[in-house]
Amino acid sequence: MSGSLLRRVRVAEVEQVANRIKRFRLVDIDNAPLSEFSGGSHISVVMHSGDRLMRNPYSLMGSPTDTSSYQISVLNCGNDSRGGSKFMHDAVSVGSELEISEPLNLFPPCKLARKHILVAGGIGITPFMSMMNELDALHCDFELHYGVRSLEEGAYCKYLQSRYGSRVNVYLQDQGQMIPLESVLGSQRLGTHMYVCGPKPMIDWALQTAELLGWPAENVHSEQFSAPPPGKPFVVKLAKSGREIEVRGHQSILEALEEHGVDAPFLCRGGACGQCETGVVSCDGFIEHNDHFLTEAERVSGKKIMICMSRIPSGSITLDL
Amino acid sequence: MALTFKDETFRDDFTFSNSPAAIRRFPFPFVEDKYMYSVNIEPHTTGPEGSVFEFPFDIDEHYVSEMRDRAMVLQEDPARCQALPHMMMAQWDMLELVMMSMARDYPDLFTLTRDGSKWHWVNRPLKIEQTFTFGDASTLPYEPMEYIGRQVQGDFSIQDQRDNQLWMDAGIITSQADWSLDFDVGMNFFEWHGPVPLAHEAGVFERALKFLLNLQISNPVRRLNWTMTINPRLDTSPENYHKWGKDRTTVTPENVGQKVHLRVEMQGLFRLPRSNAILFSIRGYLLSLDQLVTVPKWGRRLHRVLKTLPEELIGYKGLSRYRDTTIEWLSKYDDGAPTSRGGGPD
Ligand SMILES: Cc1cc2nc3c(=O)[nH]c(=O)nc-3n(C[C@H](O)[C@H](O)[C@H](O)COP(=O)(O)OP(=O)(O)OC[C@H]3O[C@@H](n4cnc5c(N)ncnc54)[C@H](O)[C@@H]3O)c2cc1C
Ligand code: FES
Repeated sequence: MSGSLLRRVRVAEVEQVANRIKRFRLVDIDNAPLSEFSGGSHISVVMHSGDRLMRNPYSLMGSPTDTSSYQISVLNCGNDSRGGSKFMHDAVSVGSELEISEPLNLFPPCKLARKHILVAGGIGITPFMSMMNELDALHCDFELHYGVRSLEEGAYCKYLQSRYGSRVNVYLQDQGQMIPLESVLGSQRLGTHMYVCGPKPMIDWALQTAELLGWPAENVHSEQFSAPPPGKPFVVKLAKSGREIEVRGHQSILEALEEHGVDAPFLCRGGACGQCETGVVSCDGFIEHNDHFLTEAERVSGKKIMICMSRIPSGSITLDL
Repeated sequence: MALTFKDETFRDDFTFSNSPAAIRRFPFPFVEDKYMYSVNIEPHTTGPEGSVFEFPFDIDEHYVSEMRDRAMVLQEDPARCQALPHMMMAQWDMLELVMMSMARDYPDLFTLTRDGSKWHWVNRPLKIEQTFTFGDASTLPYEPMEYIGRQVQGDFSIQDQRDNQLWMDAGIITSQADWSLDFDVGMNFFEWHGPVPLAHEAGVFERALKFLLNLQISNPVRRLNWTMTINPRLDTSPENYHKWGKDRTTVTPENVGQKVHLRVEMQGLFRLPRSNAILFSIRGYLLSLDQLVTVPKWGRRLHRVLKTLPEELIGYKGLSRYRDTTIEWLSKYDDGAPTSRGGGPD
């Protein structure tokens, strides 16, 4: 099984919500109801740019019970990206048609938690938009700590404060404000869960802080908006079919396979779901593991690779495909 | 297919039987002459017209009588239906999925009218009519899972997904093949699969769990499981072992055909959208051996499968006491002729 069934949608609304962030509202092409989803879910957006096919995951922001449209927010990663987010900003407007997957949730709030601490940095606010909607409807206790570079760079600050009042705390970096994570995490009662989404250094910092303060690992959750990091070209050999495929520097193995018509399994394309796990038959040198799925022992063994995210520095790798 | 509901029993005088049409659509689980354990998961998509796979929730001629039996079990033992408090959203998810499917797939039998959160449900076979507010459990006579569970064939459990695990935190189980909700509620995937021999070694469960954690909205899956039961008894729970355990000693060469039943479970797995939980449906089908051998291919094949079944599985499925008698009886129906591939009748 590769991916899930796709649905055609039309862009019904585009709004610039911060300096480099646009919000898109998507409706079914025939106005059929969309699936409901749970707070923290994302969809994959399939973009056709010329003859290139891009699929990026984006978190759903709206109300999980609103089946008339989905809303996503996209940060423009500019020219240093391979172009998915730039395509969304430059080429997608009201009336454009896209394909999306069904929602998938790799970042759900824990239903047994007595309180939820949400920690967001920058565009990492998006999964919390639907999550807060859900928690609020269920009368769950939550608070948001949201760090942005400045009011101009941060999306939805005013909206969130007016909707959720004192449960929302915004920290402006340009004013020298920092999330006081130690005191926030240090003063919580048992049964509280923490969720963090944002740039990698922020996630690492939050996870470490929680660990130092003695938080149990199962009460700490994170989602990283990973995209496959670029590198040098290398060759993938397929043991079963005997084919050899070149992976370009700006491609992931998965993307290279797809370009050559090889049907490989995937879901999240961000190294988190585990669906694309592939056996390694042999490999020149070390694998650069960029996923969040394999255990340390599995990485060291060199017998498995998550082909949506990980690559090798050069040479060739033979996969059990 | 117009359904005529049978009036029959699954206890005491055991008047249950299948009509010729029900025999032909029985989901015979063995696709070859030898038994192999596998997780054999496939997409739960629309199957052939009239087959048990046609719709997500199959309603057949036993519907009304099965629902009556379920009501009796719940009356005697309310613990067969349990839901932990954090499962309320998942209960509504289940009610919605089942009602929407039944009304769409069997419009002559069930009607659902929705006006925002004001819902109106009509169940003609059971003569039920209910107006309620979706999301407000106080507007239904039971909690949502029990309410709809009393109106749909099959047992159900709902798994919450936390910490990359599935936790069985709700269920309505009145016709289970020898496992107990009261015992399993709150357990995780590996705990409730504990006793299956041969499966753990193969790493089958690790792979199945990973697959289920990524189960997608709108992409349900299914698999078949089987066992054998003496008498067409639905409630073969551990709680009631004292009532049915001794049945196993009553099989004689003369009564094998009437007493021994092949019991097939079609297990469906659905991602529930709002709660991110997984609904597990266990839809059971019973067929007496007398009726089974009316399909010559099935008589031949069941004989061969039972002969090659590994010892561990014979014990696990509780067949030890009557396996030999059954094989002996079935041998009359196996002339050694080759069988065609697949489970369906020729
Ligand atoms: C579960 C999940 C949810 C997500 N939700 C959101 C969301 O709600 N909103 C959102 O905006 N994004 C989200 N993302 C991220 C999003 O999917 C894309 O990764 C992002 O939009 C960038 O895509 P791209 O195609 O423009 O860039 P990609 O090429 O995929 O690059 C991603 C990053 O890598 C860097 N990069 C790439 N190529 C180079 C290069 N040659 N040199 C230097 N740096 C490079 C860029 O700085 C860029 O930021 C999510 C990701 C995941 C996994
Ligand atoms: S597709 Fe999810 S980990 Fe690779």
